[in-house]
Amino acid sequence: MKKMIANREIEVNEEGYLVDFNQWDREVSECIAGECNVVMTDKHWEVINYLQDKHKNEEPLSIRGIKKSGVVNIKEFYNLFPGGPLKISTKIAGIPKPKSCI
Amino acid sequence: MKNLLILGAGTAGTMMANHMHSKLSKKDWNITIVDQFKTHYYQPGFLFLPFDIYTSKQVKKNGKKFIPKRVQHIQEKIELIDAENNKVSLESGTVLDYDILIIATGTKIAPDEIEGMNGPEWYKSVFDFYTYEGAKALRNKLREWEGGKLVVHITEMPIKCPVAPLEFAFLADSYFKNKGMRDKVEITYVTPLGGAFTKPKATEALHHLLEEKNIKEVTDFNIERVDYENNKIIDYADEEVEYDLLVTVPTNLGDEVIERSGLGDDMNFVPTNKATLQSKAYENIFAIGDATNVPASKAGSVAHFEAEILTDNILRYINGEPLKAEFDGHANCFVETGNGKALLIDFNYTHEPVEGTFPFPHVGPLRLLKESRANHMGKMAFRWIYWNMLIKGVHIPFVSATMSEKGKNFETVE
Repeated sequence: MKKMIANREIEVNEEGYLVDFNQWDREVSECIAGECNVVMTDKHWEVINYLQDKHKNEEPLSIRGIKKSGVVNIKEFYNLFPGGPLKISTKIAGIPKPKSCI
Repeated sequence: MKNLLILGAGTAGTMMANHMHSKLSKKDWNITIVDQFKTHYYQPGFLFLPFDIYTSKQVKKNGKKFIPKRVQHIQEKIELIDAENNKVSLESGTVLDYDILIIATGTKIAPDEIEGMNGPEWYKSVFDFYTYEGAKALRNKLREWEGGKLVVHITEMPIKCPVAPLEFAFLADSYFKNKGMRDKVEITYVTPLGGAFTKPKATEALHHLLEEKNIKEVTDFNIERVDYENNKIIDYADEEVEYDLLVTVPTNLGDEVIERSGLGDDMNFVPTNKATLQSKAYENIFAIGDATNVPASKAGSVAHFEAEILTDNILRYINGEPLKAEFDGHANCFVETGNGKALLIDFNYTHEPVEGTFPFPHVGPLRLLKESRANHMGKMAFRWIYWNMLIKGVHIPFVSATMSEKGKNFETVE
């Protein structure tokens, strides 16, 4: 389905995750963050960059991975993206919601 | 002479020993299997042991009985896999050369990963049921427990047999009902997932069952520590769940030998091609069962389906033929729901469990994703099938290695 984000038509799935990463940019990110009540800071961007890198390399995302990332500790991660940090941060990063797999 | 070496004599390793024994000629191939333990456990039985449904004798046998005589069976700890030089060294210093290596070292619980879990209350008010010792200690605890808050908890994914904690909660409900003390027990199911299970359709059905049995659900709970002094588990968002009896599934990790040998990912699972089961790092190393990182359930049924495909692929590899990318993530699990009933789920990488009939389209006799007594009988019969057919590598009639779409109510087929 299509959704207006940052005054543009963006293709998203039923949960609001971007379907095509090529449509992502910082402006789109800021808008999604706003909807999730997150105000982006440098630390937020650092996490977003880390997540996008992992996604590019097809490495699965998990809380354990975050712990080992050296970018944030898990407490901070929860403070940056309160509620469901992995779910919210991946949405802002424009990448698919991690399947906590099987 | 060439050497086929199998590491691990659990469900997957034992099956591979039996399969390869029947396929590889005695004059060209030595087959060796190594495992440090003497006992082969029927792990699905660990679910029933705490509730006195199975006896401790029914879940263990001498592992050697299931290894063909022609296969050399070494009971020793594995020290290191030297993949560059095609060698495996054992604790005693023995070095085994291999032409082909099958890694079947499984997964095990790591309660040390969470602060306070493997502490002074371990096996007193905090238990696992994924080990023989844990299941037995929990049985003894339940026999005398007078009630209170029972918390059934999953630490992090992936875990072996992802439905087992749910089954534990269901069986606990009927266990306490039968003891006439259900009103004294509050059961809460705590999971890091967003719902009861990993697949949406099954989550809906299972959520309904939890409600019906008055089991509370706490979802999206990522545990940080066990506060054993104050009887509560605390997650990273500072959410707390109180318990009197905590039954947890600790973090599951691959074997330490995988880590020592530099062959694993973050959780010591072997990066493996999910369709061919060849390891990603070395073409003469294959992995099967819980030891791999493939995105399928860690379960005996999955290992069984993988074994048929891996056997073919190893033969192809030996003959210099291209491997078949055939494994589809097929899993088939009975889910005990208590009171002598069970439901059955059948799914793979791309198709989630749906309603229908199994194994014969439109006939059954088993119903998918619906509670029934027949499904429960299937689960009980499975112990016999396990010891007598499954680990011996005997094909189970009418059940194919790849998932069948017939007789199933798919709304959309991907």
